[in-house]
Amino acid sequence: MGKVWRISGPLVIGEDMKGAQVYEIVEIGSDRLVGEVIGLEEDKAIIQVHEDTQGLRVGEEVKGTGTILTAELGPGLLGSIYDGLQKSLTVLLENNSFIERGAKAFALPRDKKWHFTPTVKVGDAVGEGDIIGTVPETHLVEHRIMVPVGMKGVIKKIAEGDYTVIEPVALLEEDGGGEKEIIMMQKWPVRKPRPYRRRFAASKLLITGMRILDYMFPLALGGKAAIPGGFGTGKTVALQQLARWAQTQINIYVGCGERGNEMADVLHSFRRLKDPKTGRLLQEKEIFIANTSNMPVVAREASIFVGITMAEYFRDMGYDVLLVCDSTSRWAEAMREIGGRLEEIPGEEGFPAYLGSRLASFYERSGLVECLGGPERNGSVTVTGAVSPPGADFSEPVTQNTLRIVDAFFALDTALANKRHFPAINWLTSYSLYVDWVKDWWSAISPQWETTRAIALKLLQQEAELEEIVRLVGPEALPESDKLVLMVTRMIREDFLMQSAYNEVDTYCVPLKAQLMLQTINRFYELAQQMLESGVTTAEIRTSPIIPRISRMKNIPNDEAEERIKELWAEMETSLVPQRGGVA
Amino acid sequence: MTLDSLYVKETKAISRTKGSLLIAESIPGVQFNEMVDVRLANGEIRRGQAIDISKEVTIIQVFGGVSEVDLVASRVRCKGETLKLPVARDILGRIFDGSGNPIDGGSAIIPRDYLDVNGGLVNPAGREPPAEFIETGISAIDGLNALVRGQKLPIFSGSGLPHNRIVAQLIRQASVKKTEEQFAIVFGAIGISYDDADFFMQNLEQTGAREKTVAFINTASDPVIERISTPRLALTAAEYLAWQEGMHVLVIITDITNYCEALRELSAMREEIPSRRGYPGYMYTDLATMYERAGRITGKEGSVTVMPILTMPDDDITHPIPDLTGYITEGQIVLSRDLERKGIYPPIDVFLSLSRMMKEGIGAGKTREDHNNVFMQLYAAYAEGCNLREISTIIGAEALGERDRLYLNVADRFEREFISQGEGTKRKVEDTLDIGWSIFSALPEEDLKLIGEDLIKKYLPKYAGKA
Repeated sequence: MGKVWRISGPLVIGEDMKGAQVYEIVEIGSDRLVGEVIGLEEDKAIIQVHEDTQGLRVGEEVKGTGTILTAELGPGLLGSIYDGLQKSLTVLLENNSFIERGAKAFALPRDKKWHFTPTVKVGDAVGEGDIIGTVPETHLVEHRIMVPVGMKGVIKKIAEGDYTVIEPVALLEEDGGGEKEIIMMQKWPVRKPRPYRRRFAASKLLITGMRILDYMFPLALGGKAAIPGGFGTGKTVALQQLARWAQTQINIYVGCGERGNEMADVLHSFRRLKDPKTGRLLQEKEIFIANTSNMPVVAREASIFVGITMAEYFRDMGYDVLLVCDSTSRWAEAMREIGGRLEEIPGEEGFPAYLGSRLASFYERSGLVECLGGPERNGSVTVTGAVSPPGADFSEPVTQNTLRIVDAFFALDTALANKRHFPAINWLTSYSLYVDWVKDWWSAISPQWETTRAIALKLLQQEAELEEIVRLVGPEALPESDKLVLMVTRMIREDFLMQSAYNEVDTYCVPLKAQLMLQTINRFYELAQQMLESGVTTAEIRTSPIIPRISRMKNIPNDEAEERIKELWAEMETSLVPQRGGVA
Repeated sequence: MTLDSLYVKETKAISRTKGSLLIAESIPGVQFNEMVDVRLANGEIRRGQAIDISKEVTIIQVFGGVSEVDLVASRVRCKGETLKLPVARDILGRIFDGSGNPIDGGSAIIPRDYLDVNGGLVNPAGREPPAEFIETGISAIDGLNALVRGQKLPIFSGSGLPHNRIVAQLIRQASVKKTEEQFAIVFGAIGISYDDADFFMQNLEQTGAREKTVAFINTASDPVIERISTPRLALTAAEYLAWQEGMHVLVIITDITNYCEALRELSAMREEIPSRRGYPGYMYTDLATMYERAGRITGKEGSVTVMPILTMPDDDITHPIPDLTGYITEGQIVLSRDLERKGIYPPIDVFLSLSRMMKEGIGAGKTREDHNNVFMQLYAAYAEGCNLREISTIIGAEALGERDRLYLNVADRFEREFISQGEGTKRKVEDTLDIGWSIFSALPEEDLKLIGEDLIKKYLPKYAGKA
C-alpha cells in the first residue's frame, strides 16, 4: 500500500498512505515488522513500530491490514504466556530461544479442539453478551461462550462436541433475515473498553491473604490500587503475591518493562504453586503478559491494553478478575519516548501532557458491573498497578497522576525495606478508601474488625511519635506505659504486619486468622496495662512465655488458627495477671 | 556476501554539520543504523552510523567527531551492514578497543560468525531462573548477598572507594561450588583511566586468568562515542561464549557512569528532549537492553552473569544512574564511605546491599542448610546494634542497658570479623557461616529467634560436635 519515507528509531513515516486509519496495524518491510499508525498528515502516516527497526530501509513496503490492534478472546487464554502484542511466547519458543524480528504466533491455538456444551437451543432468541454454551477450559475455570457484541437474532443451529476456536458452533438468524455463524473466538480492539449493562459500587473484600492489605488497607472487588516504591522495596514480590493468592477466579499478570529473570521466576513458580482453595495448579486461572524491559518500547504501551481487554472479557462471563501490572512507570516512559520522537510539547519531566488521561483510561476500566446479556450475572475487574518512582520520590508525575485516579494506595517504604520489614507497606502513609465499603463484609467475619483495626493504627501512630523522643532521650527514660506501647507496637509490626512470602504457611493468611491474631495482641495490651497498674514492670512482662507464642501465631496453619489461637487466649487470661495486693 | 553489499552506496552531498552529526542527502538503500565510513579530504577515514534516514536526508553520527570535515571533498560511504562483532573462541585472551579492533598487537580474529552487537531478544518463556551459587570467597557477598549464575548484580561505589580492588579479588576467587566447568571472564572498560585499565590487566595476568579473559578497553582518552559500543561488544562476546561455546561467563563492566555521561552527551547533540538531570528519557530502556542480556536459557549449557560497576555521583543513590540501574538489576552491592573510613575492607554496606536472587541459590545442597537463618539473624542483630549505636552517640553508651551493650558489641564484631577480610583471603562459604555462629555465641540463646532449635544445637559453638 505505501512506502517507508523516514526511519527514526521506533518511529517510521510512511508515504502514499492515503486511506490508512489512525491506530491501524501495518506490516513493514520484508520482515513484516508490526507497527501501528498513530497519526496522519496528507498522504503520510506516522507509524510507531512495535519491533526493532535496525536495518530497515527507506522505500520498503508498508502494508495496511485494515484492522486496528485487537486481542483474540476465547478458549486457550488461560495458562498462556504472551508478549505485549498477544503473540504466544510458548509457540515462539518451539523453534528458538530468541525472538526473531517479525516472528508471528497466534494468541489462541487454531488446531486445538475444545468441548462445547450448548446452554441454548434452536429457536431461542439471543442478543449480545448472552451465554450460548460453555467449554471446560481448565479444571478451575469454565469458559462461557457469549454472543459477540453487536450480534442479535434467533438460534438456527447449535452444535455440541469438540471444535476449534475458528469452527462455527452456532448459526444465528438475524432480525433482518441474514445468517451469521458464531465461532468461539472473538476479537476486540484493545484500546476500547468492552460494554456492560451498569456499574455498581464495590462492596466485597478482595481477599489477598496479605494481612496489611486485607486487614489494614482493604482492596475491594472491582477496585483500583497503586503500589509505588523505590527499587528493592519489594514491589514485584508484593504483586506476585497478589497474583498468586488473590481469591479471584482469574488473575492476569502483566510484566511491563520489567526483569526477564524475575519473569522466568514467576512463570516457573506458577507451574508448581497450588490454589489454596481447590488444590489445583495456579496457572489454570492465570494469564501472563511478559513484556520484558529489553523488548521494544512501543509494545509496552500496548501490553497494558491487551491485558485489560482480556480481563474485561472474563468479567463479561461473570467472573471476578484481578489484573496486576508491574510496572505502570515503564508504560509511562514508553509514552514519553514516543511523545519525544513525535516532537510533542512535553508536560512535566518530559512526560506527555496526556499522561494523566492515558493512565485514567487504563485504571477506569476496572469496576464491578452487571454484564451484558443473559443469564443475569455480575463480574468485576480489579486493577493493581506498581509505580516505580525515580529515586523513590513520590512527587514525580506518574505517582501523582496515579494518585488522582486510584482509591487505594499502598506506599512501599525504602526505610522499612532496608530493615527487611516485608511487605514494606508503610502504615502511616498508605490508605484505602474501601475501608467503609467493605465494613459489612468484614463484620460478617468479625464484628470487632473496625475497633481492633482502629486501635492498632492508633498505637502505630503513637509509636512514631514516641520514637522521636527515644532518639533524644533513649528508651530507658520513657515512662513504663510508653515502654509498653513500644513493646506492643513492635508485636504489631513484627508478629502481625510482617509476613513472609517465602514461608509456606505465612504466605497466605485468611481474614479470620488475621482478625484473631490482632485481637490477641490487643488483648495482650489490655492485660499488660492492668499488670502495669498493679506495679509489674515492662521488663518483667517481657519475660512472659506468652510473648514468643504470640510471635509464632503466624506459623499456625489457617485451618487450625481458630482453635489454637483461642487456646492461647485462655492461657493469656491465666498467666498475665496483675500482681496480687496491688502496688507493692 | 550478498548482492546488496557489493553495490557501493556513496554520496558527496553533505549539506551541513551539527555537533558530531553530518547531514547528507538521502542515500538510496541505506539501512537504519547502518555503519558508514566518512572519508575526509586528507584521506582519513572515520566511522559513523546512520541514525535517522529519510527520502530527503541521511543523518550520520560521526564517531570521533566532525573536526576537519568539509562540505566539498568529504564523502560518506555505506558499509552495507549494522555494527557487528566478529567472534570465535580465539577471542579468549585478547584485548580489543571500543570498536572491536585488536589492540594487543596480535593478529586479527578469524571469525566463525558475525554477531549483531545489540544481541538477540531472549524469549522470557525460555529463560531459566538463575539458581547456582557462585562462591566469591568474600563473606559480605557470599553470606549476605549471594551471587548466582545468570544474575546481574551491580556494584554501587563512590569516587575513591576500592571497587576496583574488590572486583579484582572477585575475579581471582569466583568459582561455582559444583564441578570444574568452562569459565570465562569478559571485561568491558568504559572511559576509565589508563592506570585503572592497567591495574585490571596486570591483575588478570598475575592470577593466570588472562587466557580465559576477553577485554574491551575504551580509556578516558579514547573517543566518547565508543563508550556506547564498548559494553555492547563485551556483552556480544559474552553471549557468544555462553550460548555457542557453552561457557559460564562473568562480565565485568566499569564504569557505567561514564557510559551514561556519553549517552547524555549524544542525546544533547541530537537535540532530544531531556528527562531527569539532562539524561535522555530512554536511559532506562537503553540500560535495560544491556543488563537484560544476563541470564540462563533453558536447554543451553552456559550462562551470562553481569557485574556492572558504577560510581554514584556525590555518593547519591537516588541519582538517575544508580537509580535506573537498581530498577533493572537483581539487587546491588553498595560500598560505604563510613566503613572505608573505619578501615574495613571490603566496605560493603549491608543495609543498602541486596541480592534478589539469593534465596534461589542458597540452602541445603547449594551452600549449607543454615545459610538463610544465619543471614536473617546476623542481619537482625547488626540492625539492632546499629540502631543502638545511633542512640548511644546521643545519650552515651553508659545509659544503655546490659543487653543493649551486648548488641553494640555484636555490631562491632560483625564489622571487624565478618565483613572485614583480607584482600588475599578467600573464605569458604562454610567458614563465612561459622564466623556468623561465633558472633551469635555472644548473644543470649533465646534471642536467636530466627534460627530453629535443631540448627542451634548443630552449629552453635557451645553445642557443636557434642550432638
